[in-house]
Amino acid sequence: MMHIVKRSGISKIDNFKIRCISIFLSLLVLGIFLIVIKLNPLEVYASIVKGSFGSEYSVKQTLIRAIPLIITSLGISIAFKMQFWNIGGEGQIVMGAFAASFFALKFSNMPKLPLLLIMFCAGIIGGGLWALIAAVLKGKWNTNETIITLMLNYIALKFVTYLQYGPWKDRNAMGFPKIPSFLENAVLPDVFGINMGWIIAIILVIIVYIFMKDTKKGYEISVLGESEKTAMYAGINIRKTMYIAIFLSGALCGIAGVIQVSAVSRTLSAQVAGGAGFTAIIIAWLSALSAPIIVIVSILFAALLEGASFVQTAFGIPEAAAQLIQAIILFFVLGSEFFTKYKVNFKSQGIIGGGNKNE
Amino acid sequence: MDEIPYVSIENISKIFGKVMANKNMNLTVHGGEIHALLGENGAGKSTLMNMLSGIYTPDSGSIFIHGKNMNFTCPKDAIKAGIGMIYQHFKLVEEMTAKQNILLGQNNGIFFNKKLEIKKINDICEKYQIDVDVNKYVSDMAVGERQNLEILKVLYRGANILILDEPTTVFTQSETEKLFKIMRKMKEKGCAIIFISHKMSEVMDICDKITVLRKGEAVKTVNKENTTPKQLAELMMGRKADLSINRVDKEPGDILLEVSGLVVLNAEKAEIIKNISFSLKAGEILGVAGIAGSGQRELCEAIAGIEKATGGEIIFEGENLVGKSPRDIINKGISMSFIPEDRLGMGLVASFGMVDNLLLKDYHKQQGIFIDRKPVIEKAKQMVEKFEIKTPDIYHPIKYLSGGNIQKILVGRELSMNPKILIMAYAVRGLDINTCYTIYELISQEKKKGTAILFIGEDLDVLIRLCDRIMVLCDGKVTGTVSAIDASRENIGMMMVGHNAEGEVI
Repeated sequence: MMHIVKRSGISKIDNFKIRCISIFLSLLVLGIFLIVIKLNPLEVYASIVKGSFGSEYSVKQTLIRAIPLIITSLGISIAFKMQFWNIGGEGQIVMGAFAASFFALKFSNMPKLPLLLIMFCAGIIGGGLWALIAAVLKGKWNTNETIITLMLNYIALKFVTYLQYGPWKDRNAMGFPKIPSFLENAVLPDVFGINMGWIIAIILVIIVYIFMKDTKKGYEISVLGESEKTAMYAGINIRKTMYIAIFLSGALCGIAGVIQVSAVSRTLSAQVAGGAGFTAIIIAWLSALSAPIIVIVSILFAALLEGASFVQTAFGIPEAAAQLIQAIILFFVLGSEFFTKYKVNFKSQGIIGGGNKNE
Repeated sequence: MDEIPYVSIENISKIFGKVMANKNMNLTVHGGEIHALLGENGAGKSTLMNMLSGIYTPDSGSIFIHGKNMNFTCPKDAIKAGIGMIYQHFKLVEEMTAKQNILLGQNNGIFFNKKLEIKKINDICEKYQIDVDVNKYVSDMAVGERQNLEILKVLYRGANILILDEPTTVFTQSETEKLFKIMRKMKEKGCAIIFISHKMSEVMDICDKITVLRKGEAVKTVNKENTTPKQLAELMMGRKADLSINRVDKEPGDILLEVSGLVVLNAEKAEIIKNISFSLKAGEILGVAGIAGSGQRELCEAIAGIEKATGGEIIFEGENLVGKSPRDIINKGISMSFIPEDRLGMGLVASFGMVDNLLLKDYHKQQGIFIDRKPVIEKAKQMVEKFEIKTPDIYHPIKYLSGGNIQKILVGRELSMNPKILIMAYAVRGLDINTCYTIYELISQEKKKGTAILFIGEDLDVLIRLCDRIMVLCDGKVTGTVSAIDASRENIGMMMVGHNAEGEVI
């Protein structure tokens, strides 16, 4: 017989043990799968590591992938801290990217520095306002933010697709539906071979960490997330706090969008977010909404994505198989979350013993 | 004694981390006996009962039920052995009827034999004279009814050993009496009942034997006839007890708060407070008595600005508070402190430590956008010493502390604001005697300083002994205000159910 008991708390060592066991088990299961498709698991694992950290190039690629994940997760974590389920990171990235692209394309002859600054401001406002729609609807009519933010994702994606096929279509692309590429002065410069988004990410991690821990607004967001009634009792303006927090949440996603559009894809397309808005939800949760941990988890996530795509080309396996590798590892890592909160006891039977006292 | 005891706990110990929650505890309960467990918060009562009901497993020692050595691994085992635990917070599904709740989780095959089940339920109701409408939805039930249902549920599952964990905390006098009637009936039918309570008068009223716990040990088991409340209190605290409330004599000052014609609506737009008027003077304690849900909470929240008043005025130092936000009310130098009914749901943040909880009312007064925790850390340290708060450290999430310590943090924070008006709702709910009297003493000291105090209370004896005047609410209306010196329990009790001070039905 087996039953599940809630843990009252968990030590750091136990937590670490559970995580390690889960990764080990995922590799074991994955190994079976790889053997079935006639691959040597050890070789595959080695190439995942090699593909993500094996060379200077692969390290750079991993970090480039990690930048939008870090920034978006920071944004998501602010909303989640308030128990506002913003799952619209994807749409906010896209709208941030759109707002930046507007200036990159329409004012392409501006000098580099002011243009980039304007693009970032536009991205912050674009992402922030897109998120704010859900917050205002919730504040005014108590709508469900989960559904609204999710729907806003699709609106944002379809809007950019429309631009791609319609008004912003590149006339020089011989009929191919794409938006023109940015000119050099709208492209974020590299620092140490990686786009300078990594510097922005580090600064944002520090700012968000201090904001949540040491400012009044950060404190109010935590109180509000814990209990609306307590927030009211303490005299916190609930709507205002919610609007500010959600604007910030969306603004961070918007910044991620600007970096992607300016430094990575160098043009706007519906694929600009590439799932980062959704991956960020998982990262924010796994990191327990803590800014420093988000950095580590994001890099590991990026490594997994990068490693899997390397395996795909190196072994010539289909994309679906590569995604399965990610999925199995994710499944176990996320599943281990359960075991950090609950304990499973195994007992052979319910009532053991039974020596009669009066005999 | 020859007969086999229903429950026999021998040398049980349980350790949580470094805390010895139970130390070589012994307890014997026979059939047809109501056995009280008395002890301060953290004395180990709940731990012991949780082991008996299979939630915790003891580290050492044994539990014998009807003479059989038991080794419970989960609550189901305990239920099978005939142990029924009635928790302080009911475990009922609100959206289901009483009947559905009773049958829930019972493995009776795929189909219910409805007729048989209902007959069985009705038989139990009749046998123990429990009054429950089995087709009523739990969400429509009052607390007393819900508890009857809980009892019925465990009896249906075959319990003959009942554990009641502070069952009367949220009860009125009449509800308590109803419960006691059922308990006596169960005793008559041979059930063993373990009764956990803080209320000395109830323990002396209903129990046969009393076991006093202190710091995880069973200090003594006494028969009711051979003891006095004073002796029990001394056993509980381990020292001489002073169970008197000294009413501080003080001439009330000017009127601080004047409420007139107050009307508050609930979520369904029904009047929950119907035209209440009263005044509160400096250095005065105004008690508020009433059956739970008569509008006490709404009254407090309306004054604090949390609940919107739709009519009337709340005048504080010449200024109308109606329509002002809670922050305005705090900011305008109107130091109003409010200890809500539901501590963790409203007054405090459960997952925060002491420091961040103390910040809650203070942080907005700091300059700039940053929070400086240093002064609050100092304050927290002083508070731990002054109120003897037991916490591993001042950053430890307060949800892991005992109720008494949580309440001390809340009261301590409110008092540290030096309020002009202190509103306290159910300030001692769920607290042990020692902490209760500490809090009564603090209230008296505040009165001496000239603070006006609105005290929403449950225990009429305390209201009569502590307050200057007592205002009685019934169904959102004031049925009367009496001077505490002239008041009697009967008189107030009548007013609580809608008679006026002269005994006429209003």
